[in-house]
Amino acid sequence: MQFRVYRFNPEQDEAPRMESFEVAVERGMMLREALLSIQQQDESFAFRHSCGEGVCGSDGVNVNGRNRLACITPVAELSAPIEVRPLPGRPVVRDLVVDMSQFYRQYRSVDPWLQRNDPLPEQEILQSPAQRDQLDGLYECIMCGCCSTACPSFWWNPEKFLGPQALLTAARFLADSRDEASGARLRALDDPFKLFRCHTIMNCVEVCPKGLNPTKAIGHLKAKMLKESI
Amino acid sequence: MTLLRRRFDTLILGAGGAGLNAALQLANAELQVAVVSKVFPTRSHTVAAQGGVNAALANVLPDNWHWHMFDTVKGSDYLGDQDAIEFMCREAIPTVYELEHNGVPFSRLDNGKIYQRAFGGQSQNFGGEQAARTCAAADRTGHAILHTLYQQNIRARTHFFDEYFAIDLVHDAEGVVLGALVLDIASGVPLLIEAKTTLIATGGCGQVFRTTSNARINSGDGMAMALRAGIPLQDMEFFQFHPTGIAGKGMLITEGVRGEGGYLINSDGERFMERYAPNAKDLASRDVVSRAILTEVWEGRGCGPQRDHVLLKVDHLGEAIIAKRLPGIRESAKIFAGVDPVSEPIPVFPTAHYVMGGIPTDRYGQVVVPVKNGAEDVIPGLYAAGECACASVHGANRLGGNSLLDILVFGRAAGQHIIQYIAETPFHRTMDESSVDQAMARLDRWQRTGDGPTVRELREAFRKVMEDHAGVFRTEEGMQAGYQQLCALRDQLPDVRLRDQSQQFNTARIEALELENMFDVGIAIAVSALHRRESRGAHSRPDYPERDDMQWMKHTLYFREGDTIDYKAVRTKPLTVQSFPPKARVY
Repeated sequence: MQFRVYRFNPEQDEAPRMESFEVAVERGMMLREALLSIQQQDESFAFRHSCGEGVCGSDGVNVNGRNRLACITPVAELSAPIEVRPLPGRPVVRDLVVDMSQFYRQYRSVDPWLQRNDPLPEQEILQSPAQRDQLDGLYECIMCGCCSTACPSFWWNPEKFLGPQALLTAARFLADSRDEASGARLRALDDPFKLFRCHTIMNCVEVCPKGLNPTKAIGHLKAKMLKESI
Repeated sequence: MTLLRRRFDTLILGAGGAGLNAALQLANAELQVAVVSKVFPTRSHTVAAQGGVNAALANVLPDNWHWHMFDTVKGSDYLGDQDAIEFMCREAIPTVYELEHNGVPFSRLDNGKIYQRAFGGQSQNFGGEQAARTCAAADRTGHAILHTLYQQNIRARTHFFDEYFAIDLVHDAEGVVLGALVLDIASGVPLLIEAKTTLIATGGCGQVFRTTSNARINSGDGMAMALRAGIPLQDMEFFQFHPTGIAGKGMLITEGVRGEGGYLINSDGERFMERYAPNAKDLASRDVVSRAILTEVWEGRGCGPQRDHVLLKVDHLGEAIIAKRLPGIRESAKIFAGVDPVSEPIPVFPTAHYVMGGIPTDRYGQVVVPVKNGAEDVIPGLYAAGECACASVHGANRLGGNSLLDILVFGRAAGQHIIQYIAETPFHRTMDESSVDQAMARLDRWQRTGDGPTVRELREAFRKVMEDHAGVFRTEEGMQAGYQQLCALRDQLPDVRLRDQSQQFNTARIEALELENMFDVGIAIAVSALHRRESRGAHSRPDYPERDDMQWMKHTLYFREGDTIDYKAVRTKPLTVQSFPPKARVY
């Protein structure tokens, strides 16, 4: 089967190009294995990958126009010709490797840690199963970047709009019954860009390899903010 | 070009649970901490831990740390050091509460406490009824813990060197470690990080086997660095094969599946673990279950067209429990085995999972090396914690749920000890430039061009030999042949050439450096295994089927120089309680 992959080596290439490789496809093969097979043919082909089972979030790539995790994308699901490109909208370091530093900065900017002011109990802070259920669909994010790099608002305003991943993270802490910084968290989002540049295009929902729904989380944030302001 | 240099109070190699929990203690103590990781921290392999972390919180069933200690000693097949085990089981409780306070989204019980599930090898009352000791965040506990620790380290302003690869430790003539030479993967530029203490927290080495639950990054880098610095590796023959990897692929299906009530069946539909472990059945220790599966397959009762695996039955739990407690494995089973466990059993077979051995340390994470006549000395300023270290709490076989525990407890303990060490040793020592040159030579070697085998060729050949000769069952003949083949492959290593000589994000170069590490660690496993002529825990020899406490209740030490072996005594004396003497290990 033919694969066309994006190539760019900053030390040699003036401009990026697409290069074709022939890969012997086996039953049950994932895209990551196909990329490894290409790397076997040409060791200079660079991409990130690690766990191979969709939990580390290293191998987000754009395949046939859609952001996906290579290790859990069956080749059999893809229609030929298969085109693999780096995640869109980010500076390319080399081949499929992009510079994710802006994405990580946006994550850090939402103060992504549990904040408590009360003295801590000797044992666990109690949380009912129903309260804990509020975190489902929010805490499982693996930070692969598929969502934010599929988001047109993030492409246009990556410095100002936080993007779906960081907003999902903000929602995760606002939804945690143990967190005591809701007011400050909401005030920090009260800005024309950070949150409100989400135009519910929902690309993030469509591409999330973990089946999460950042748009819904963003909706909750907006609703919470409205409630707070009243 | 002048070598770039940075100085920190303390350097941590690796950003998994051990490294990040240590970093958090240190950053909270206002020390300058550098964490070097070859991947972005949340991509470290702790993220893949599923089932949970053991602590005798007694939230579900009666429990206490002493029962946990007994189970761990027994699980270790009496090779674990009982002082370290007592320490770990006591510390488990505050460690889990601290994690919870830091934000880990544990699953909850109706009374609001942390959910705990049953795991293999757990008992109440020193070998009685099944216990429920494993604290879980659904089946994504490692993910929940790693992300939380990373988040807290952002708060604490830890310095992260993301996507930097550690080339080698740097030390002076006295053997004191002064930091490490690291490589910025993105630019290809080396950097010397000087530090008063260095913590090796680089994780496991499952990539030395062809079929493994381990990530690509688990190439034993820190263990190999220690070997090259003249430090031995302890108990490397004890490698855990997890009973339930997805057949033919190796991805992990957590023991939590059996803890929630799933069980194994053979081609006759028989629940065969009843024959091997009449009491604990499917929740017997991992070494026991892995051997049972292999035996079933060898005796012709395997499933599938090739009769090469067994089945893990879950459907009787019902969709609600599966969705609530095991959502991640349902997803993995669908993607990689093409089955939905709600209606179909999952095909499973043992997969290389965890190395019990590693860099020898005391219970503060300080690296210890033998001196004369059985005595040990600490290497000043050098620490190791997590899977790469051997404290030794797992002995010959690790219990499920004790791995997250080990990395968290000893990461934390190492962090706290480092604080004390730096208070007493407040100055950097003089850098040893010859050691820097030596580390640099390791990098420069890959600039040689020409023909020769590729990294990938040698890597695949090596992993196959390891799998064929150092697997679940090991014989003298098989291991001898395997060792010869490994030596022949090792002889080819100097001929390997990189075709890609570029600097920026050269993944081939990183793989080459990893391959060297895999060779060092894989051969340590093979040589250690060859020498131990008994069956204990995960080291199972049909030619020496019995455990031999008279001759072999001792730790192995492997030295890289000349592939030599030494031994040291097991520490059977706990801190405060009575020792658990060796007994026959039945489940």
